[in-house]
Amino acid sequence: MTSSARWALLFVAPATVGLVALYLWPFLSTFVKSFQDVPAFGPATYTGLDNYVELAGDGEVWQAFGNSALYTVLVLLGIPLAVVLAALIEQVSRGRTVYRVLFFLPVVTLPVAVGMVWRFIYNGDFGLLNHVLSWFGIDGHYWVADARFTIYAFAAVGIWMGLGINLIILGAGLQAIPKAVYEASALDGAGRVRQFFHITVPLLSPSIFFVTILTVIAALQMFDLIFIMLRSVNNTALADSKTIVYLFYEKAFVQFQQGYGAAIAIVLLIVIMIATALQFRLQRSWVFYG
Amino acid sequence: MGERRTWPIHLLLVIASVIMVVPFVWQILTVFKTTPEVARIPPTLLPEEFSLHSFETFFSTVPFWSMFAVSTGSLVLRVAGQVVVAALAGYAFARLPFPGRNVLFGLFLAMLMVPSQLFLIGQYGLVRDFGLLDTLPALAIPGMFSAFGTFLMRQAFMNLPPDFEEAARLDGANPFQVFWHVMLPMTKPTLAALTVLTGLYSWNDLLWPLIVSPSGENRPLPVGLAGLQGQFGTDYPTLMAGALVCSIPLVFVFLLLQRQFFRGIASSGLKG
Repeated sequence: MTSSARWALLFVAPATVGLVALYLWPFLSTFVKSFQDVPAFGPATYTGLDNYVELAGDGEVWQAFGNSALYTVLVLLGIPLAVVLAALIEQVSRGRTVYRVLFFLPVVTLPVAVGMVWRFIYNGDFGLLNHVLSWFGIDGHYWVADARFTIYAFAAVGIWMGLGINLIILGAGLQAIPKAVYEASALDGAGRVRQFFHITVPLLSPSIFFVTILTVIAALQMFDLIFIMLRSVNNTALADSKTIVYLFYEKAFVQFQQGYGAAIAIVLLIVIMIATALQFRLQRSWVFYG
Repeated sequence: MGERRTWPIHLLLVIASVIMVVPFVWQILTVFKTTPEVARIPPTLLPEEFSLHSFETFFSTVPFWSMFAVSTGSLVLRVAGQVVVAALAGYAFARLPFPGRNVLFGLFLAMLMVPSQLFLIGQYGLVRDFGLLDTLPALAIPGMFSAFGTFLMRQAFMNLPPDFEEAARLDGANPFQVFWHVMLPMTKPTLAALTVLTGLYSWNDLLWPLIVSPSGENRPLPVGLAGLQGQFGTDYPTLMAGALVCSIPLVFVFLLLQRQFFRGIASSGLKG
């Protein structure tokens, strides 16, 4: 081996040891455990596909996947909003940083704190949201205590929390669009709205695609809000509002059914892979690489 | 474009900004109210009598400073560890050929695509078997190793021109000296981005600390704050005070280092 190769091995050794011990091995053990019955104490026994069979017939699992899917679709509605806001911010010369900072505040606020504040706003008896709705004659609801509304309530917070990150990524994409394109179309008499749909959106589509991929992956892993708004206060709406990662946490680390929890995690991995692959397939019809 | 009127755009952006900050304003107003006042219908806008009761309750029930120390300590360990480990490996992947390099890098990329939940059961088992539950190292160690960080650093080193490296090598420097004195300083923007992203993730993380702090000792801020919510479910002024106090440190750092935060997010698009 050359001396340079020996140096290289020294350089990659810490990262590789960590990767194998703390990522590759745990990943493989999750895979193996998904085929086992793992009691909290004592040895595990192989049970073949039992966990997966049980999972396929478990209404709670289906409900959790349904909730996560609904949450993901709702949070995606935040992307058009982010595109419009990013384009508006790009149009102004003064105050850009101020807007970006304000929109970014939820990103740097503890998610636990965010959940606490929104739980208060959503309070059915004296929350701010119901009060504001009453100005418009709209009836209030118990937004987080009524399982019919929880996922929608979480999604609104999810959009609010993710906006700052999306704006930064989309803003970077907007800056890469040559100004000459806008100038040329302005000479042709195109107004702002026309420019937005005919120039900004197509030329920004690679960034929009990237943001969409990230949003879907993050949304499918939603955990913090449900833990804070429902679990930590023993809200009964939790039973019908569980997301897939919440259910994984509950099975693997509260009830210590690690075999079953592992099977849920493997299914989550497959779902995320399919969702991502699907988006890469769909991008051909809408993402424009100039 | 500059000649067009911009006030309608500012108007829209101001409205959107107001909606963004309303929750924070409402939180801050609530902190200074009394618990009965908060439950009144319709709600009062400004506190009727200015009360600091919420802060007193919060600081007398929650060991804030110990939680703050745990959060900060695990953040520092995690960031320092990850930056060093990822920079070393990233440099080798970018610049030092060795047998099996592509296969090994492929393994890093594969782990990058796996959601973090897939590692938790195994990581928890390791932490428990080494007797590290409820300790600071348990909070920090898994996050010190990151396929993402390695990938980011590799990109940074690949973008550097090879000239400096060759000059230093001709002067007789060994690969570590070249890395440390010549190449690493040139990746400062990426190092800053990685620091900010890792720090943000470490500070905000709830699930991992929740799993490895079963007894409640050595809790970081998110776990402690979640416990406070369980204890004072309807004492909203105290809850809002706790949420405010625990969030302020990172918000303050962000206001100082906005550019690094924005750069970090833009360069990587890390999310959640």
